[in-house]
Amino acid sequence: MKNARLGNFGPQSFLVVWGLMTALPLVWVFISGFKSDAEILNEPWGLPAQLRLDNFARAWTHGHIGQYFLNTVIVLSVSLTLTMLLGSTAAYALARYKFPGNRLIYFTFVGGMMFPVFLALVPLFFVVKRLDLLNTLPGLMLVYTAYSLPFTVFFLSAFFRTLPTAVAEAAMIDGCGPFSMFFRVMLPMARPGLISVGIFNLLGQWNQYLLPVVLVSNKEQNYVLAQGLAALAVNEGYRGDYSRLFAGLSLAIIPVLVVYAAFQRQVQSGLTAGQMK
Amino acid sequence: MRHGKYPLLAAFLLPAIGLYATLVISPYAQAFFIAMTDWQGLSSNFNFVGFDNFRYLLKDSYMWNALWHNILLMVLLPVLTIALGLFLASMLNVGDGRGRVRGVRGSAVFKIVFFAPQVLSIAIIGVLWKEVYNPRSGILNGGLRAIGLDGLAKTWLGDPAVAFWAVLAVMVWANAGFYVVLFGAAMQSIPRDIYEAAALDGTGRWTTLWRVTLPLVWDTVQVAWVYLAIIALDGFALVQVMTRGGPNFSTDVVGQRMYDVAFTEFKFGLGSAIGVVMFFLTLSVTVLALRLTRRERIEFS
Repeated sequence: MKNARLGNFGPQSFLVVWGLMTALPLVWVFISGFKSDAEILNEPWGLPAQLRLDNFARAWTHGHIGQYFLNTVIVLSVSLTLTMLLGSTAAYALARYKFPGNRLIYFTFVGGMMFPVFLALVPLFFVVKRLDLLNTLPGLMLVYTAYSLPFTVFFLSAFFRTLPTAVAEAAMIDGCGPFSMFFRVMLPMARPGLISVGIFNLLGQWNQYLLPVVLVSNKEQNYVLAQGLAALAVNEGYRGDYSRLFAGLSLAIIPVLVVYAAFQRQVQSGLTAGQMK
Repeated sequence: MRHGKYPLLAAFLLPAIGLYATLVISPYAQAFFIAMTDWQGLSSNFNFVGFDNFRYLLKDSYMWNALWHNILLMVLLPVLTIALGLFLASMLNVGDGRGRVRGVRGSAVFKIVFFAPQVLSIAIIGVLWKEVYNPRSGILNGGLRAIGLDGLAKTWLGDPAVAFWAVLAVMVWANAGFYVVLFGAAMQSIPRDIYEAAALDGTGRWTTLWRVTLPLVWDTVQVAWVYLAIIALDGFALVQVMTRGGPNFSTDVVGQRMYDVAFTEFKFGLGSAIGVVMFFLTLSVTVLALRLTRRERIEFS
């Protein structure tokens, strides 16, 4: 019994160490969000003497975190919806219909996974500029959607191919047209795949930094959260308003962690499914 | 009935193709052309210069410096992340090597915590760690001073000898948890009796990890290597937020170089040429990976 416990001391302690290394920076940022500037600068490990909630209010309004937050939510909800709609319809057409050029279109989509976004960056900037979408949220939504299509089409067409044909045939005999077949029969059957790829795309688009920095560089009120926070970090360095930065960081981190904790099983399986491409 | 399929095909494919052609295919195709011009600034005047940009890059010490950092990352990031991921995943899932093959208590909680950095936006992780590394107010130097190790306190991101390693550490921190979960899933599918047999033979923890677990999750390790190598070829977001490639170019990566050349110096031709270089780098990593991993694969579903 004693031996078994000693034997378990090793692994448990390594896990605790890495757990602390992961959690500590996050907890530290959250606690520092309540501190005054002097406390932040002079006592990194100290606790706040009082809970300064006004740091969060200042970050939300004067630090524009509220605006960036809203921009991010707007961009991601539209781009994710659009990605799922365009991706699932295209994947379905490519997976379930035979027509000339099917393979060519499929490989053109899937081939996009091989190209780094950096290659497209300069021309993309001018394409978006010509469409008059530079520094706008719709521009970002469309670009996010377009660059999410390769993986979405790849993943979902594989998924649609595995769905049984018997159900589709039965529905057709019952007089189900091709469009309602997709929306009322196939989409509901593909739900597990849609959830996986949806989570994968949501996190992928939320993770974007390069595209907003290039495409929304000149209009601060249209910044997304990651970009706005990076800009705030540079500004705080000059103005010395550290408490606002830490409160802002907390506001960008905590909602995501809460959502993640609630759906962690789906998030983990969605992301690991994306890995197996 | 068949005549009914073309309206659906048009409605389902054309919007996606239209968007994809405009914003993805067309820029990719244009990039190769722009890379052969000397286009600068926002005017539309440019000359076709053939491979001059590439010849310039071959002799450009900044480019080689940045590329060297990417190559270092491509070796170190996968090795460190996979080693850490395998180690922690085996601690979580394989148990203590004494025949008790259950995972440790609280493994679900550990997994949630380890995985958490994965849901944070990488630029936000950059801002977070920039503060952690802050020489005066950061938690790292603060902690070192608190336990009397003042001598180890550093200006982590301000010292050219240290900054690269500090950035690499953040990359490992951000990615390790994901691979704990990925390897954990692979280890869960290993039949338990293999471990019972190993335990009966008196195999220790390390031997079990090295000789039993690792060969059985090798396919997953290969996938992980490819993915991490591709992450290492990028590295832009973290570098841009934490150091902008500095100090003295000690953390510069090719992505940062491309961004600086194209969008701060407005040398669009040269910037695109760097993009083309990145494309061929990514392509060679992918092709190499496909060649190496072509052997029979275990199907994960």
